Amino acid sequence: MVTMLLLIPLLPFAGFLVNAFVGKRLSKSVSGGLACAVMLAAFGVSVLSVWTMLGAEPRALRVDLGMWLASGDLQVPFVLRLDPLSAVMILVVTGIGSLIHIYSVGYMHEEPDSEYARYFSYLNLFASFMLILVLGANFPVMFVGWEGVGLCSYLLIGFWFTKQSAADAGKKAFIVNRIGNLGFILGMLLIFVTFGSLDFQDVAARAAARAAEPAAFGMLSAEAVMTIATLLLFLGAAGKSAQIPLHVWLPDAMEGPTPVSALIHAATMVTAGVYLIGRNAVLFSHAPFTLAVVAAIGVATALMAGTIGLVQNDIKRVLAYSTVSQLGYMFLAMGVGAYAAGIFHLYTHAFFKALLFLGSGAVIHALAGEQDLRNMGGLKKHLPITYWTFLIGALAIAGVPLLSGFFSKDEILFRTFSSGHTFLWLIGVITSLLTATYMFRLVFLAFHGERRHDAHDGDHPEEEEPVRHIAHVMASPAPAHGAHGGHRHGLHDAPPSMAIPLIVLAIGSIVAGYVGVPHALGGANHIETFLEPSFEIEANREREFTAAGFSPISSIQATAPQHERAPTTETHAPAADERTELMLMGLSSGIAVAGIGIAAYFSLRRRDAADALAHRFHGLYRLLCNKYYVDELYEAVIVQPIKLLSTGGLWKGVDAGFIDGTVNGVGLTVRTGSGALRRLQTGSIRTYAASLFLGVVLILGYYLLRY
Amino acid sequence: MMLSLIVFLPLAGALLVLIAGGRGDRPDREPLVRTLALAASLVTFAGTLYMWYRFDPTSAAYQFEERYSWMPNFGIQYYIGVDGISLLLIVLTGFLTPLALLSSWESVHKSVKAFSFFILALETAMLGVFVSIDLFLFYVFWDAVLIPMYFLIGVWGYERRVYAAIKFILYTMAGSVLMLLAIIGLAAAHSTATGAASFNLIDLYGLTLSPRKEFWFFLAFTLAFVIKVPLFPFHTWLPDAHVEAPTAGSIILAGVMLKMGTYGLLRLAFPLFPTAALYFAPIIAVLAVVGITYGALVAMVQPDLKKLVAYSSVSHLGFVVLGLCAMNVQGVHGALYQMLNHGVSTGGLFMIVGMLSDRRHTRLIAEFGGLEAVMPKFVAAFLLVTLSSIALPGMNGFVGEFLILLGAFRWNATFATFAASGVILSAVYMLWMFQRVNYGSVTNDKNRGLRDLTPREWAMMVPTVAMAVIMGVVPVVFMRPMEPAVTRVVERVTGRQPAQVNAHPLPRETRSPRPEAQRLRRGEVR
Repeated sequence: MVTMLLLIPLLPFAGFLVNAFVGKRLSKSVSGGLACAVMLAAFGVSVLSVWTMLGAEPRALRVDLGMWLASGDLQVPFVLRLDPLSAVMILVVTGIGSLIHIYSVGYMHEEPDSEYARYFSYLNLFASFMLILVLGANFPVMFVGWEGVGLCSYLLIGFWFTKQSAADAGKKAFIVNRIGNLGFILGMLLIFVTFGSLDFQDVAARAAARAAEPAAFGMLSAEAVMTIATLLLFLGAAGKSAQIPLHVWLPDAMEGPTPVSALIHAATMVTAGVYLIGRNAVLFSHAPFTLAVVAAIGVATALMAGTIGLVQNDIKRVLAYSTVSQLGYMFLAMGVGAYAAGIFHLYTHAFFKALLFLGSGAVIHALAGEQDLRNMGGLKKHLPITYWTFLIGALAIAGVPLLSGFFSKDEILFRTFSSGHTFLWLIGVITSLLTATYMFRLVFLAFHGERRHDAHDGDHPEEEEPVRHIAHVMASPAPAHGAHGGHRHGLHDAPPSMAIPLIVLAIGSIVAGYVGVPHALGGANHIETFLEPSFEIEANREREFTAAGFSPISSIQATAPQHERAPTTETHAPAADERTELMLMGLSSGIAVAGIGIAAYFSLRRRDAADALAHRFHGLYRLLCNKYYVDELYEAVIVQPIKLLSTGGLWKGVDAGFIDGTVNGVGLTVRTGSGALRRLQTGSIRTYAASLFLGVVLILGYYLLRY
Repeated sequence: MMLSLIVFLPLAGALLVLIAGGRGDRPDREPLVRTLALAASLVTFAGTLYMWYRFDPTSAAYQFEERYSWMPNFGIQYYIGVDGISLLLIVLTGFLTPLALLSSWESVHKSVKAFSFFILALETAMLGVFVSIDLFLFYVFWDAVLIPMYFLIGVWGYERRVYAAIKFILYTMAGSVLMLLAIIGLAAAHSTATGAASFNLIDLYGLTLSPRKEFWFFLAFTLAFVIKVPLFPFHTWLPDAHVEAPTAGSIILAGVMLKMGTYGLLRLAFPLFPTAALYFAPIIAVLAVVGITYGALVAMVQPDLKKLVAYSSVSHLGFVVLGLCAMNVQGVHGALYQMLNHGVSTGGLFMIVGMLSDRRHTRLIAEFGGLEAVMPKFVAAFLLVTLSSIALPGMNGFVGEFLILLGAFRWNATFATFAASGVILSAVYMLWMFQRVNYGSVTNDKNRGLRDLTPREWAMMVPTVAMAVIMGVVPVVFMRPMEPAVTRVVERVTGRQPAQVNAHPLPRETRSPRPEAQRLRRGEVR
């Protein structure tokens, strides 16, 4: 029974192998159908596995595939482990992944056969690595998935490789992720050196057992070591999940095909950073400083991305910034110790953000590659299925009551508030106003009003976007319905292969939140109770470590803060909390409605007011349009200096100048020491090198023979 | 006899090639000569695999030993054997030589007979270096390696081949001379201590030298080896040699010959002079870390593909040297593994560059672009080799780098942190190069209609890529036989005291410094 865990990543991997090696010779229906079939099968096996896990006590399944890395005391087996946390993740990855595969069948239909197979092979490979990432039971196995999904992201962002911007974006994504991975690797090393293990369960148990030791690790206290280790891991998480200061790659990643944006850059891969923290909740709980950093970075990212999202005109970029912003919420939750709430939002976000991306893909598909909101408008009557499903997604993300996003976002805000982080909570609330506003600005601009074709001519003098954008469309070999001409007439709504995933995801966006109805609304918050064991030390481990000679007192002290930080449902004083919670809920509902209202005012009724505002606050507007100039800053402060240093300084300076200069210098010294050698000063590097070595040989030879 | 058979099989093949090639330059005999040479190298590879199969992975001792008296007056013997450290380097040599021969199949037409002869003779010399237990024998093979390589670069190289060949021979010869002096000095010291000269490495391991002597002997050996590696700042011969060498020469040079340097450090310099080794380790490690970053940064801005790969070797070999300096099990294990990885992945990169150069007769990155649309299979192979080179987990490079970083981290977290920046930089220079060559649209008309992989090129890329993946997925298969020998060498260098002598602030210091090293550190040398 347990080996079926192995099937979950292996099924998509098999799909990858077939499409990669013989895909070119397969028809589209076979290669696409196979890719979907393996994903659906993986979903089926995932459901079965989770079902099996629910019956196990404790709730976890393990499959050990033997030793992978072994050297001295480092013993890393290849182990997969299913527990409640990874259960949520595999269901999201295979479930939503299947829907996006099915959608891709329609979306990518215009590609030639070989490209079509290449696309699906990458998509399957991605799913496989993502499943290894979430099922891996120790750091190195997780890291295999971690870098693997990064590779697939690189390949899929640059899928249309003839486009320079796509190839650049893919490279940027990989390199920024590598910066994060530096943190991941160093964190791993520090953890192994400290705790002698890389297995998640071992590390959690040992961290808890040793947390109270004041100088357990030489000069550093246990807490200091864990703080450094978790900060390093968080650097990795920030890279993968596009948090400040490593957020710059995600908006560019929109160069990839839209289903890729939905799967990798919204629903699954970018949430891996959040998952990493959830996976190591015990460790992070012992590092309060790191948690504070996580929460601060999360909320800052949420706010920053939300403000940028307000002014972007590319439909996918708005969604990309929205994703960055929502990921910020998840990190906020992790940072205040509300791990379950963060994962809950991860799970609901996967539904509505995948839906929104796929919906935007349907729009782009219908408009022959058009992505500029200013050239849309009035699409509601042409694309009814797309419109209604998109609207549901927008309502869900805006936090309108009784849809999925409402429950999860409110849980985060409530936990932030109730744990005393009033300031963070306030920014979170402001961000949720921004969320509703930019989301409905998008809805209104794209679907409502009248169709605008060249509305941007002269309207937005300070924008460079349109020019760039037109270049995009022209260079884009994208889902080119334009090839058939006449895209302005007879817009057609999504074909069935695209419509069905939209509808399923729309239903999901409505109902997904009901697994986490809070107690204040008479629910039972099932998801929190379900996830809780994953954020604690395995029950049998605690005993094991107490028995293994650690003093029971330190062990109790060690686990205590963790229980505070990951509050279980029982630890609340119900009545007062519920009143607060209800009040906060009322407030957020009001904010969602207000945000929609603001968007309606500026995007539907008074578009001139928006322009006036942009003129009035010209500097701010430009700042937002240019994404706070972070890319430019990095280019000027990091990229260019390194290039200059490497070319002028190291290569031409040190290699050609300094090292050869030293050779000359030593040659000179030898020469002065011996008149006979003077003739060797011939100006050829060869001779200098020879005299250098002769000199060294003589000196060393003298000493060697003296003894 | 088996081991001698394997070592001299390529030389026998080389002589056979000379006979079969006939007198003078006979183009009609080219196919025969090529086939014979390939057959000889394949039989050798099969021999090395058989030896691996027969190897006892649980033992740290030399196996398949052969010992004959050679010059008894000087204590020189023909003494060879294989242990966990040399085993897989021998297999790697066997693996890469047929690939090198294949790589030159269509590009080398100038006296193929001599070319094949030199490649095979080179293989015997390299195998000899790895199997020698007697230091004199070691030196003979070490110098024998230089001669065929000198001719390979000087005769079959590109435009500035003569300059590169001379630079190569001068640099490495200087190191060799130094090493010869040290070897003789060591035998003399043995004679002073026991009354009989000995070049037997096992005897010499038991020799106790004064710290001062160790100091100078260590320097002599190490200088010879770090030039070969090459360690920053002794690396300037490498880019020239690589750029001018024919593809086959580059594959062998990068794949095997550079490892002779790190092998020498691990086999001779460190365990023979442990006190000096521990004293110098931090200094060498600093050079290694500088080399990692420096090589990567300089690689990034190279306009020439071969130079880029050459500088990337400086960076990768920096990792190997850092792992050796850490002198703990993971560091040394990782370093040894990384030697194999580098052979596979950089060998693969040179094959790729060779294929481009065969087609376009240029190696400038700017001349290419958009190849993915023209030759997708080639680009797929290129991608896999690139991923192996940038140490993607699941490929071979990750295993080595991870272990090295772990070993280094246990020793000195600062070194490890700086070295780990190489993880970022390798992605930068490799992916940037990959993108400029393969992505975008085809801008140069000469790149249109380039043919995709030929069957011969498949025969080179499939084993290379397969090896890169296998070594990443099941590294234990390769690491198990190494471990006993690695553990022994670490014990030999660090001494066997389990607990540390003086109180280091952090318990992660696993090395226990010998008292002599402490004295050296306090400057009580002179």
